[in-house]
Amino acid sequence: MRLAVREALLAFRRAPMLSALSVTTIAFSLFAFGLFGLVALNIRNALQTVEDRVEIRAFIADGTGSEATAAALGDIGAFPEAASVRLVSQTQALDRARRELGEFSDVFEEGILPASIELRLKPGFRDPETVKAVAKRIEVYDFIDDIRFGEEWVEKLHRLRNIATLAGLALGLTFAVVAIIIIGSTIRMAVMARSREIAVMRLVGATNGFVRAPFLIEGFLKGTLGGLLALVLAWIALTVINRFVVQATFFDPWMGAVGVLAGACIGLAGSALSVGRHLKRV
Amino acid sequence: MIRFSHVHKRFARTGAALQDVTFQVNKGEFVFITGPSGAGKSTILKLCFFEEQPSTGEVKVYGTSSATFKPADIPRLRRRLGVVFQDFRLLEDRNVESNVAFALEVTGTAPSQIGPRVSRLLAQVGLAAKATALPRELSGGEQQRVAIARALANDPVALIADEPTGNLDERATRGIFQLFRDINANGTAVLMATHDLDLVRRAGCRTIEVNRGQIVFDSASDGGFRGPDTPDAAEDDE
Ligand SMILES: Nc1ncnc2c1ncn2[C@@H]1O[C@H](COP(=O)(O)OP(=O)(O)OP(=O)(O)O)[C@@H](O)[C@H]1O
Ligand SMILES: [Mg+2]
Repeated sequence: MRLAVREALLAFRRAPMLSALSVTTIAFSLFAFGLFGLVALNIRNALQTVEDRVEIRAFIADGTGSEATAAALGDIGAFPEAASVRLVSQTQALDRARRELGEFSDVFEEGILPASIELRLKPGFRDPETVKAVAKRIEVYDFIDDIRFGEEWVEKLHRLRNIATLAGLALGLTFAVVAIIIIGSTIRMAVMARSREIAVMRLVGATNGFVRAPFLIEGFLKGTLGGLLALVLAWIALTVINRFVVQATFFDPWMGAVGVLAGACIGLAGSALSVGRHLKRV
Repeated sequence: MIRFSHVHKRFARTGAALQDVTFQVNKGEFVFITGPSGAGKSTILKLCFFEEQPSTGEVKVYGTSSATFKPADIPRLRRRLGVVFQDFRLLEDRNVESNVAFALEVTGTAPSQIGPRVSRLLAQVGLAAKATALPRELSGGEQQRVAIARALANDPVALIADEPTGNLDERATRGIFQLFRDINANGTAVLMATHDLDLVRRAGCRTIEVNRGQIVFDSASDGGFRGPDTPDAAEDDE
């Protein structure tokens, strides 16, 4: 094992340019993943806040009897998706509007705002489809004048997040494939450079695993370096965004670790895929 | 210990290299393989250390059979064999010591045992004084001794040598051959391919002669010399 690590490190010195190239492509692969991942992450965070506030507000027609309203309140509260439901009377609506609008509070006359039923949904039922479905079910009461929920907003954010995820995936995978190809050719050179040694190893009875180990370790190390580099790049990108565009959050340590691990996997895959093929020719 | 049974070997581009080769080498034996260039000597040796596999027939070496072996059996077998070549195949960027140690390192010998073991091996082949020299600083005979020390590193039961003296002068040849005799006297079987008929004649060891891929003479079988036109000459070998 010690020998294998030494050999792997030696390989960096034998082909520094190619090694640097493989590390950088892995880094770019993961950076692409990471950048779009960050976008997706921040959109998801934004969605969370928006979704937390998602309310269905059903406005009640003037002159609706209080029993009808109370019955509807009970029915709606019993929906499996419902977290809480409450009645906002005309007075309360007015108070709230005045509070929110401050100095313009005078413009509201008593009775101008309708009463409404406000429904908050349980987490997990806040996606656009469910919200829409629930709204439909409330609409059937004939005393409901109008129903509102943040449909466009929620849908737009969802779509944006999906696009960011897909773009990151496509770009990241492309770079990953390029990285694997470059690592493959690096391995080929390393195998050629060590062909005499490999031949002697085999002759004296070194196992196949032993012959392969340095190349696999080399790939693993390059992948890990690439992963770390990608993390640094993503962090720099985020700092720039924070400064000039919008406040955004970074990956938590777990996601960072997963990213570095993904780099290690790309490196390992690149060498594992090619080492057998090239060793056969020695 | 080494047994060939009706071995045929065909190569895709060059055709039949061996035809119906049958012989056996016993524990501790010393056997020469002779014959003209292209006869198939190297091919026989490669079959012995499983560098090649027979097209038909069976090669069985120290319990490993060409008919049933798994890939993992090959390294295990090769640790029980020592192999040397005409061109030495030393690693030019390592000194004598590390060349010998290399065979031990890559087969998982405990690091603490490698040093003493290398010293002993170098003493055995008479190179204790040149442990730190690089291969290019040695004569051909000395380089071959390094290769032999490396081949002996894992205490082989047989030493397989493909024209080990082919690049050496008369004196060096005698020295290397004497070393083989000593190794053989310690119980290691030796299978050596050579062109050097003088050497073979003087040594008086068992000799197998190959021609055009067939065994045409085996001094261990009772019949003495038989021409190449009697292909099954060697079949009644033990
Ligand atoms: N790897 C190979 N691929 C194709 N043909 C081969 C291969 N190895 C050997 N041969 C063929 O097998 C035949 C026997 O070759 P081999 O090397 O065993 O001869 P040899 O007796 O060792 O000759 P020499 O004394 O010149 O070393 C030759 O005709 C050669 O062309
Ligand atoms: Mg030969």
